[in-house]
Amino acid sequence: MANVPKPNELVIDHRPPATGWMDTPVEFRPGTWCYAAKPKNLEAVGLPNPREWSPIDDDWKLPDNWKQIVLEGLRERLEKYRSLRIFMDICVRCGACSDKCHFFIGSGDPKNMPVLRAELLRSVYRRNFTTAGKILGKIAGGRELTMSVFKEWFYYFFQCTECRRCSLFCPYGIDTAEITIIGRELLNLLGCNIDWIAGPVANCYHNGNHLGIQPHAFKDMIEFFVDEIEAVTGVRVEPTFNRKGAEILFITPSGDVFADPGTYTLMGYLMLFHEIGLDYTWSTYASEGGNFGLFTSHEMMKRLNAKMYAEARRLGVKWILGGECGHMWRVINQYMDTMNGPADFLEVPKSPITGTVFDNAKSTKMTHIVEFTADLIKHGKLKLDPSRNDNHVVTYHDSCNPARGMGFFEEPRYVLKNVCNHFYEMPPNTIREQTFCCGSGSGLNTDEFMEMRMRGGLPRANAVRHVHEQHGVNMLSCICAIDRAVLTASMNYWVPGVEVSGVHELVGNALVMEGEMERTTDLRGEPLPGMEDSDDEDL
Amino acid sequence: MGIKFSLLTVVALVLAVFLGVKAAGLQYFFGVIFPYAAIFIFLVGFIYRILKWARSPVPFRIPTTAGQQKSLPWIKQNKIDNPSTTAGVVARMALEVLLFRSLFRNTKVELREGPKIAYQWEKWLWLAGLAFHWSFFIILVRHLRFFTEPVPFFVHMTDRLDGFLQVGLPGIYITDLLFLAAVTYLFIRRVVIPQVRYISLPADYFPLFLLMALGLTGVLMRYFTKVDVVKVKELALGLVTFQPKVPEGIGVLFYIHFFLICTLFAYFPFSKLMHLGGVFLSPTRNLPNDSRMKRHINPWNYPVKVHTYAEYEDHFRDKMIEAGLPVEKE
Ligand code: HEM
Ligand code: SF4
Ligand code: SF4
Repeated sequence: MANVPKPNELVIDHRPPATGWMDTPVEFRPGTWCYAAKPKNLEAVGLPNPREWSPIDDDWKLPDNWKQIVLEGLRERLEKYRSLRIFMDICVRCGACSDKCHFFIGSGDPKNMPVLRAELLRSVYRRNFTTAGKILGKIAGGRELTMSVFKEWFYYFFQCTECRRCSLFCPYGIDTAEITIIGRELLNLLGCNIDWIAGPVANCYHNGNHLGIQPHAFKDMIEFFVDEIEAVTGVRVEPTFNRKGAEILFITPSGDVFADPGTYTLMGYLMLFHEIGLDYTWSTYASEGGNFGLFTSHEMMKRLNAKMYAEARRLGVKWILGGECGHMWRVINQYMDTMNGPADFLEVPKSPITGTVFDNAKSTKMTHIVEFTADLIKHGKLKLDPSRNDNHVVTYHDSCNPARGMGFFEEPRYVLKNVCNHFYEMPPNTIREQTFCCGSGSGLNTDEFMEMRMRGGLPRANAVRHVHEQHGVNMLSCICAIDRAVLTASMNYWVPGVEVSGVHELVGNALVMEGEMERTTDLRGEPLPGMEDSDDEDL
Repeated sequence: MGIKFSLLTVVALVLAVFLGVKAAGLQYFFGVIFPYAAIFIFLVGFIYRILKWARSPVPFRIPTTAGQQKSLPWIKQNKIDNPSTTAGVVARMALEVLLFRSLFRNTKVELREGPKIAYQWEKWLWLAGLAFHWSFFIILVRHLRFFTEPVPFFVHMTDRLDGFLQVGLPGIYITDLLFLAAVTYLFIRRVVIPQVRYISLPADYFPLFLLMALGLTGVLMRYFTKVDVVKVKELALGLVTFQPKVPEGIGVLFYIHFFLICTLFAYFPFSKLMHLGGVFLSPTRNLPNDSRMKRHINPWNYPVKVHTYAEYEDHFRDKMIEAGLPVEKE
């Protein structure tokens, strides 16, 4: 892992350099770029040009006709995506988006201004696809596609977390995330992905989830949490796997199964389902809610996402319930039904407990667990003791994808306010649709990228620090598996003393279960308020 | 470099008309031929660009959701910023096009020691943008009085509203002042704000200089040199009735003004000014967020290679059986 400077030693300078952006070549500094995709991970899913290489090599080992492949790929995508065509043509460079990107705010690198990130591709578009650019070249803002430009694409398209914050402020809705998505597709045509994305893609394709957990191990891991839950509550929950005829298929990101603090959220799900007696099953085949295909290409996204409907059909469930994950829900809301639907073999989701029909999901047939839980609470179906969360002063981080790719704001807040007594919002410029990215989304949550992740995490952390100092907030809750992992690192770096949790971890703490023993600790094994001494008695 | 190049281009354009009219007597070219050509280029170019955009399909429903989604019945949806119906989209687009809703969200980041970050109030771009576009639009409408006989009532009305400040003779139009002030502001911010200057291309300065020159020549004609309006109207009516004629004795300033606006029209389809059309087609703004309720169809959706359950089970069958997981084939 590259050395990351201490927070107060991090140099951030928002003044642009003296040389124009077209004449400032990219410099691959340690801590600001991600390792190249290993050949075996590209081969595993049949992606082109698998080879050993590194972004800091001079020779990227591209085929001789690489330029033609890229330009042909760009032409094809201009014809397939109106978004791309329009976003290439209508930017007026007003700069409204320029200081909206967390990577620009935290690095000061002008090419991290969304408008310039887009211009990296736009300049090549102008040179090759517009009359003015073909004739006037640089005067018309055109730029030849050279190896140096291509390297710049790699560097900056893997310095964008596709969070869409820029698109919110653009008078024409130009979405640099969309440009990055397509830019990464072009890079992938030549095998120039990063390994932190290519690895999970290969794993997910063959083993069902990003971490490559095999079916028996997946079952083991969940059963481990069954024991943990029993230790805390005295109640033994009984999840089932790959069970045909269950009413509901539950899919959540595998990060929840594997990495703290996501695992506590997973325990929350298990407890909730047990308490309401839900007839549901896990799947080891569709054991991944996340989709790093979204960070690779539209085609790869479709190939990975296909498992959800395929498994729902095989198991004969009525509908699908989805766990707390950010980009998973962007895929479900904006792509799944279009790509892999119609899901006409499923039924419109209906809560077996409250009878509520989730009309807003009547075509995808997939409901978000927070919608589901909010409905349970609203109907008074859960017995909750929010005082069990009294050690936590909570705030809520809107993850980019559910925020700007869905509009998921009130549901989690409603749940949180019912399961904890101390809740404070961060400043309005930094939440809801204006929320800041964690700094490590879209597959950039890798260690070698740590300096850039901490820089990108600054705006979010800055807002947390504000409520930490004002209200003593010590728990940052969210509904995204990547957030749970990376915000923990970012809080340790910027705002020590703030922990990170999923919403359903706090639900699990507050949930009063039938037949439970008196709880002395929360799901993390830390003493509940007023129980600080009971630890000693156990010993 | 961009500034100089663009400024010189506009100066060259002005000089070209001046010499053309004064020295070469090209009144017919600048008064009739070029205007027809410019309008032709504008119309054909504009339609061509729109059709080209429209030819690319919208494969996915990707609105930027800027408010609460439609969810459970007791959760209040933000029907405009996150519309789920066509009516909502129309409202959202109307706010974007008429009031620049997204630009109104603008804030400015300030980096402090620590590092700490603060967000400043910043609505000047929104204000200047709105002032510029609306005054430009109103000025265009007012100009219709040259091209119509009798002059329609809404043109008269706009004229009267715009000129209600009865200062001097002829009365001053508010939009004239707003237009020049706003364009000047847009130029100044482009030069002064380091980031905006860094991203600016010649194609960003050129239209601003063109518009400034356009506004200045207009103001000069109206308030200072007092062009012969009757003859200008004769020329304009001749053009729209396709019986072009060039009356004697119109000052060269008019030809400069007229040439600049024609240049703007001819330049329009090749430039970023096409945002006029593009904003209406932008898929992050003009689609309802309803893709969980209604299937959006991608016309080029194609089958892809997937890893099927059968392949998965074949690979892991023994381990699955051992772990007590159900399998399809024992
Ligand atoms: C419909 C929504 C529209 C929005 C949100 C919009 C927004 C903007 C913005 C933000 C600028 C940039 C100012 C700058 O340079 O910093 C601009 C420039 C401009 N727009 Fe629009 N515009 C719209 C429609 C139109 C229309 C209908 C026209 C018709 C002529 C137009 C013509 C121009 C012109 C001439 C410029 C100045 C050129 C320049 O600044 O480079 N726009 N617009
Ligand atoms: S806000 Fe939109 S139009 Fe303005 S510079 Fe950014 S992308 Fe371009
Ligand atoms: S999508 Fe997010 S990370 Fe990418 S340019 Fe826009 S604001 Fe920056």
